[in-house]
Amino acid sequence: MLNVKDISLTFNEATPDEKKALQGINLTLKKGDFVTVIGSNGAGKSTLMNVISGSLTPDVGDVAIGQKNVTMYPEFKRSQYIGRVFQDPMAGTAPAMTIEENLAMAYARNKKRKLKPGVNKKRRELFREYLSTLNIGLEDRLNAKVGLLSGGERQALSLLMATFTEPNILLLDEHTAALDPSRAELITNLTRDVVEKFHLTTLMVTHNMQQALDLGNRLIMMDKGQVIFDVSGKEKQALTIEKLLHEFQRIRGIQMDNDRAILG
Amino acid sequence: MFISMFGAVESGVIYAIMALGVYLSFRVLDFPDLTVDGSFVTGAAVAAIAIMHDVPTIIATLLAVVAGFVAGSITGILNTKGKINPLLSGILMMIALYSINLRIMGRSNIPLLNEPTIFTQLQEIWEGTNIDQSLNAMLLSLGVDRTPGTWSTLLVMIVVTVLIKFITDYYLKTEIGLALRATGDNEKMIRSFSANTDNLKIVGLGISNALVALSGALIAQYGGFADAGMGIGMIVIGLASVIIGEALFGTKTIMRTTLAVIGGAIVYRIVVTWALRVDFLESSDMKLITSLLVIIALVVPKVIDGQKEARRKRRKRNKLQERLKGEA
Ligand SMILES: Nc1ncnc2c1ncn2[C@@H]1O[C@H](COP(=O)(O)OP(=O)(O)O)[C@@H](O)[C@H]1O
Ligand SMILES: [Mg+2]
Repeated sequence: MLNVKDISLTFNEATPDEKKALQGINLTLKKGDFVTVIGSNGAGKSTLMNVISGSLTPDVGDVAIGQKNVTMYPEFKRSQYIGRVFQDPMAGTAPAMTIEENLAMAYARNKKRKLKPGVNKKRRELFREYLSTLNIGLEDRLNAKVGLLSGGERQALSLLMATFTEPNILLLDEHTAALDPSRAELITNLTRDVVEKFHLTTLMVTHNMQQALDLGNRLIMMDKGQVIFDVSGKEKQALTIEKLLHEFQRIRGIQMDNDRAILG
Repeated sequence: MFISMFGAVESGVIYAIMALGVYLSFRVLDFPDLTVDGSFVTGAAVAAIAIMHDVPTIIATLLAVVAGFVAGSITGILNTKGKINPLLSGILMMIALYSINLRIMGRSNIPLLNEPTIFTQLQEIWEGTNIDQSLNAMLLSLGVDRTPGTWSTLLVMIVVTVLIKFITDYYLKTEIGLALRATGDNEKMIRSFSANTDNLKIVGLGISNALVALSGALIAQYGGFADAGMGIGMIVIGLASVIIGEALFGTKTIMRTTLAVIGGAIVYRIVVTWALRVDFLESSDMKLITSLLVIIALVVPKVIDGQKEARRKRRKRNKLQERLKGEA
């Protein structure tokens, strides 16, 4: 479903600030794969997400979705196929617009936008139904401005908006990191449910190792712009945080910087 | 007095179309578009020159709308494709339009006094009805001594402006309109939902300036001339209308806000007309008055909010002190 081939990207090339953010990344996701991505700060996780989504173009390498090579597609065109949730709860919704208007914009993702009302009776019912699956009462607040919602509510709405049109690829970049623990857990559970429900091919960056172990059928670890560890299936199920840290040390010969790699 | 206020409302309703255009760029797209000073004149110039060449007035007015759309789109292209910052894109277009407008007109002023205009033609049709007579009779019975020559301009323009308002309201709720609003609200987000924000900005600025040019074309026909300098400060007048309207009438929903903008444009004209009746003020002071109005409309609500906040805190502090005293 997703095919990332030989991607390299260097920021500020040939200047003192030169930074090789991605160095020859190869990654293939089968349909329905749910891959969690971990790695220390600055490993290139977000950059990889941005290259896949088209907000950044790689120096070399190709991105293909299904059979289609989308490397040269501008971001807006690619986002027909890709749902995203960002770390910042403010990033995924339009604050001055209502909940139902936000959902209507997400609903139009894979259609041609027309001069007909974005919200009608039928769609409103559909939105209400989807919202009720979140179990946080948003279905009764269709006309509330999204700017009035709490961070957790906004992130739940962002997740719904990114997924209910069943995109080919779902990209989650530390989407629970800005929330307090109980809200983060709610979003984690919603993520598990929704990925399962729609069989979404998912790439989820997280700094929470336990979350990376609990979710998904495959785990990759990135460091210095490379994928240094890749496990799936039974092998992943058998993984523990200790084994992960040990693995990192074995490959890189150094201790993982543990500042953000939260245990559990 | 009544006559001058009547005139103020009349022109206010026409300028309200320009204010709706400014609302689209400044508020909906969050794009401070200064093209307005130029495109207002472009509308006037195109309509005037077309009427001089015996083009039917309605078609002349529609040509002005198209010209305004093109001007706004170019500003949008400068910004999105040329990567020029929004303010500068508008300023560049405004300056370019100053020359273009002179080219269109061929001179700096075109009088339309001996030409048919939408309003004179309207009045001719209108005279068949006796609406004027009955409305004026009513005014006379209310004690107004001088009655307006015709009600046709005011009543028809109210219908036209309100119609444009409703079309705008509808448009902003369509799938495309929602994406347009999101472009001004959270551009990164709407791009991640496959909206081409470049095109949306170009079209949005086009529509905005089409409305501005329409207003310019109508003002030229209403005032009986087009002049190369008639757009100077128009953007500030538009902003004044938007800000005054929002402050007076609220912004709860889109429909409410567009109505507020129209109200703001009318209130602005009334205030200016009233101010110019003061002896020591001259018509050349109008720009100063406009700037002052915008400043007042921007500052006063903040001061009021600040006072409310201070009062709330004082009350809280007093309460606390009383409680402490009681405990002591
Ligand atoms: N726009 C940019 N310009 C310059 N350097 C960048 C930019 N974005 C990211 N980087 C650098 O690239 C490296 C990878 O960043 P990122 O992908 O954000 O890491 P993370 O794995 O923490 O998400 C970091 O060293 C970062 O400083
Ligand atoms: Mg990151």
